[in-house]
Amino acid sequence: MIDTVIFFVSAVIAVGSAVMMISQRNPVLSVLYFIVSLLAQAVLYVQLGALFLGAVLIIVYSGAILVLFLFVIMLLNLRGTEDLGPTGPAVSRASKYLVSVLLLVELVFVIKASFFSAVPVGIVDVAPSEFGSVESVAELLFSNYLYPFELTSILLLAAIVGAVVMAGRLRDTHQEEGETETPTTDVQIKEEV
Amino acid sequence: MLSIPAYIIVALVLFCIGTIGVLITRNIIILFMSIELMLNAANLVLIAFSRALNLMDGHAFVFLVLTVAAAEAAVGLAMVITLYRNRETINIDRFNILKW
Repeated sequence: MIDTVIFFVSAVIAVGSAVMMISQRNPVLSVLYFIVSLLAQAVLYVQLGALFLGAVLIIVYSGAILVLFLFVIMLLNLRGTEDLGPTGPAVSRASKYLVSVLLLVELVFVIKASFFSAVPVGIVDVAPSEFGSVESVAELLFSNYLYPFELTSILLLAAIVGAVVMAGRLRDTHQEEGETETPTTDVQIKEEV
Repeated sequence: MLSIPAYIIVALVLFCIGTIGVLITRNIIILFMSIELMLNAANLVLIAFSRALNLMDGHAFVFLVLTVAAAEAAVGLAMVITLYRNRETINIDRFNILKW
């Protein structure tokens, strides 16, 4: 009973704040609504037995990635009052909603057809206590999924190098045409906005 | 305890909200967050299925997806900074230099 109440409250919060997120004009408010949605999703993770991943979602996602978003908004000095110009025609906007609702219906039908017929619906038994714990996730990552896990380190290295190369450039050459191009070895981010 | 389909429906609704966000917004930062929301919906589906099948493999997938999402956010925000320097706007309708 209490599980059902927790599920409905978290689901409503997750979906509601996601809707609020995409309907904001101010990106800072949007980030804050997304954090609320992620906290509610972490509750759903924990209900499904994924204790470790729920903690990772809060720490890594709300703690690190969304703070990176806030940092970029601060760096760009956005105030949420930018006029983005007139919106498109109503037919164009309505067609976007229509496509999304069609996608939802299609996904529901695909899931119903493929999953619910082949697998017993619902949670069949109480999970063993090590389900979703740090030890069992680590055991899986270092045995069956060792190579993908090691490859993520290369992915992260590539992402670091890519981010530094793209955002850490000192000058845009088209803005200062007359200046001599500074060498790009110095990679500190210069706030020129 | 609730059955698994309820969690799947929540994940599908979140995914579709992310799709609507990608389609209707013109703020590039909110567009990025909508993409992150879609990744999170996929994670919720993976965790729900791994609970239904009593297998832990979905948790490893979710861990790898979170890593990819972190890398994507870092590179994407670097691109946003570069675009803002070049165009002085965050309206994605203005980033149309590849449009013929």
